[in-house]
Amino acid sequence: MSPLSRREFIAAGAAAGAGLVIGFYLPHKGPGREETFAPNAYLKIAADGRITVMLTRSEMGQGVSTSLPMILAEELEADWKQISIEQAGASTLYGDQSTGGSASVKSMWDPLRKAGASAREMLISAAAMEWGVPRSMCKAENSTVVYSSSNRRATYGQLAVTAATLPVPVDPPLKKDAKGYKIVGQRVPRLDTLSKVAGTAGFGIDFRLPSMKHAVLARCPVIGGKIAKFDDNESKKISGVSYVGKISDSAIAVVAESVWGAMEGRRALNVTWDEGPNRDLNSAAIYAGLKKSASDKAVTLYTTGDISKAFGRRVDGEYQLPFMAHAPMEPGNSVAHFRGSECEIWSPTQVPQDVRDSVAAAIGLDPDNVKVNITYIGGGFGRRLEHDYAVEAALVSKAINAPVQVLWTREDDMRNSTYRPASYHRLSAMLDGRGWPISFSHRIVMPSINIQKGFPADNGTDAEVKDEASFTYAFPNAVIDYVMTETPVPLGWMRSVNALQAGFASESFLDELAQVGGKDPLELRLHLLEKDENINGWQSARIRGVLQLAAEKAGWGKPLAPGHYQGIATFGSFNSYMAEVVEISMENDQPRIHRVVGAIDCGQVVNPNILEQQIHGAIIFALTNALHAQITIDKGRVVQGNFDDYPPIRMNEAPLVEAYFVESTEAPTGAGEPPVPPLAPALCNAIYAAMKKRIRALPILS
Amino acid sequence: MPEFTLRINGSERKVDVSPDTPLLWVLRDTLQLTGTKFGCGAGLCGACTVHVDGAARRSCSTPVSQVVGKNIITIEGLSANGLHPVQQAWIVEDVPQCGYCQVGQIMQAAALLTKTPQPSDDQITEAMSGNICRCGTYDRIRRAIHRAAGGVR
Ligand code: FES
Ligand code: FES
Repeated sequence: MSPLSRREFIAAGAAAGAGLVIGFYLPHKGPGREETFAPNAYLKIAADGRITVMLTRSEMGQGVSTSLPMILAEELEADWKQISIEQAGASTLYGDQSTGGSASVKSMWDPLRKAGASAREMLISAAAMEWGVPRSMCKAENSTVVYSSSNRRATYGQLAVTAATLPVPVDPPLKKDAKGYKIVGQRVPRLDTLSKVAGTAGFGIDFRLPSMKHAVLARCPVIGGKIAKFDDNESKKISGVSYVGKISDSAIAVVAESVWGAMEGRRALNVTWDEGPNRDLNSAAIYAGLKKSASDKAVTLYTTGDISKAFGRRVDGEYQLPFMAHAPMEPGNSVAHFRGSECEIWSPTQVPQDVRDSVAAAIGLDPDNVKVNITYIGGGFGRRLEHDYAVEAALVSKAINAPVQVLWTREDDMRNSTYRPASYHRLSAMLDGRGWPISFSHRIVMPSINIQKGFPADNGTDAEVKDEASFTYAFPNAVIDYVMTETPVPLGWMRSVNALQAGFASESFLDELAQVGGKDPLELRLHLLEKDENINGWQSARIRGVLQLAAEKAGWGKPLAPGHYQGIATFGSFNSYMAEVVEISMENDQPRIHRVVGAIDCGQVVNPNILEQQIHGAIIFALTNALHAQITIDKGRVVQGNFDDYPPIRMNEAPLVEAYFVESTEAPTGAGEPPVPPLAPALCNAIYAAMKKRIRALPILS
Repeated sequence: MPEFTLRINGSERKVDVSPDTPLLWVLRDTLQLTGTKFGCGAGLCGACTVHVDGAARRSCSTPVSQVVGKNIITIEGLSANGLHPVQQAWIVEDVPQCGYCQVGQIMQAAALLTKTPQPSDDQITEAMSGNICRCGTYDRIRRAIHRAAGGVR
């Protein structure tokens, strides 16, 4: 253990009052200097025994406000009942605070375990010091340190002040054996449930400031269009409307005393739009363009063997997916309070630091003078990785020099979103004389989210597409490649991102190969995974594990109820393994989904209660994507507007979902997104089993 | 602007708003009762569900002038003391994910159980299918309703 400088640590202890502060120290730094001890989580133990864990990720339903403190509490040997959380706003103490990529548990696993363990070690040392006994005979349990000879004990609260004077161990010992875990792995109830059931949980939309105004914006309905001119005479006649003004080239803010007043003011606004270069854009042309680009130059994402040397029976397939919208239940919103030299934001955001920087740039302030607070998020799914709501709120607050909440309506959300990219896929394979695949190629044609957003290319391509879309099997010869196209349609990261498109195409095509080769779809997959090996970063044994678990629980290959059919698919994404079996019957040529069995291997399970929620939720989300979700473009405009033409799955369409986990002591990996990609192909494969009809384009019911 | 007297959660509240203002915005903006949520503004999602004379009603599509003299209950007044049995069942089943739709779901479920104390699965599906949950909590919602009805499945 190499202790930090004692001086720095005492400064931290003093700053926190009578208590122990772990995981960061208050450095004596000049403005703008980078922290030396970040990233790390942060923990306060008060003299009364209350333990506060700083939440450095955003709670959007995925349960981080419970699962993350559990990780820390485990190593701390804390009494779970004493734990509470505090949401951190945008900070410089914790490194990247973005919530996304199913990475919260994965990325915080080590920092939180270390933060808990170092506090535990210091509390043990404090007790040994106070009692003048050998440290080795003291141990921590249930927020108490016990001296084994005399059974003398002191609570963490009682030890907090002394512990705060001790050096912080930088490399504290961590629990070696998951079998000894007391909190991690338990079905712990969520800490946020009570407030969400009582109606008191504070979402962004619920945030209020004294004399806060409400604003809605009129935005150009045509992608890339601008304001030509506007007439606000009628708007200003609406009672309560206090301001109408242009806040960007393509948006006009209407500010009122209430949301309803602002909406009425916007309805009365008369705007002439300059529709710009995309006025004739439509979905048919977009799809045709994607298909045409399939013969353009591609970048190889994965290759093995030589597909040009494989000869046999050739199978070809093509697939197409539409743009999709996140449509979280809480429409976009943010509150901003511009105060001349500084600005404060309250936002349901997955990226508080990006919001801070974007707001600062938009209103001409230094990022240090922008404070960003995170509220509860009414569903994220990637939509809150954008900064648009907060930037708008800051611009309006600056324009009216008063606190304001910008609210998006559902139509605003549907038509001004950042969409999952539409894509086209061309696949080809050769089968040998016994019907086994000896080559496989998958060409993905799709615009890149990252490149459109201005992130630099990585070796001429979007590295995220490679990470998410090149899951594969042990084909002797294979190529997965990518043609990166462009589109004016705004793109964004949506739950499981590129893995959804790639998974749909390749897992549907695998079912075609099974059918042409006369194999059972599960048998074909297991055949391609029969050796224990690492395939493009994926462990074949773990893929087999989830396939076999899902198949066994679903009764794959066993007789089903009359008229029932099953389909299976697997896909690895966000470092986790997932397989699903979907059971359907057909009614009037439409699938009725009875049951979905999902099996995940995401390493050590932190909280089975929350993991089960994530699997259920992701499967229902994926079912919306498969059956209904489609954003179409006509005359440069998004056609869909609300839940009537973009219909999420409701209870009457929701199947029985069963979630199973592979027991594992590997470090935890993603859970919120990996259950999404296998659903659509498993469903379409079930439809093939029922109808001998291959679904080549989503959504299934269009 | 006209003044309306509303009976909300057992007390009389005077509000000064235009007659076509949806009840949702009167609750949220005029009376600061923010438990009731805005999801679609078009009667399509159920996030804004309240009780009007005991029946579930979409407050986003209910002009305030229509509910004068009626008994309006929001999540803030669902239970006079402590938690309503539906809320308790929701806690035991740990239903919410993001939680945004859950107030509407709870109000809808409470209205269902008042009318049909022991609903079948089909009756639950019928009553609850107007409420969207984008986080996909339907399975736990169903269990929680059965639990609140006294039969734990
Ligand atoms: S907000 Fe009222 S039904 Fe959606
Ligand atoms: S819990 Fe998130 S929308 Fe229902």
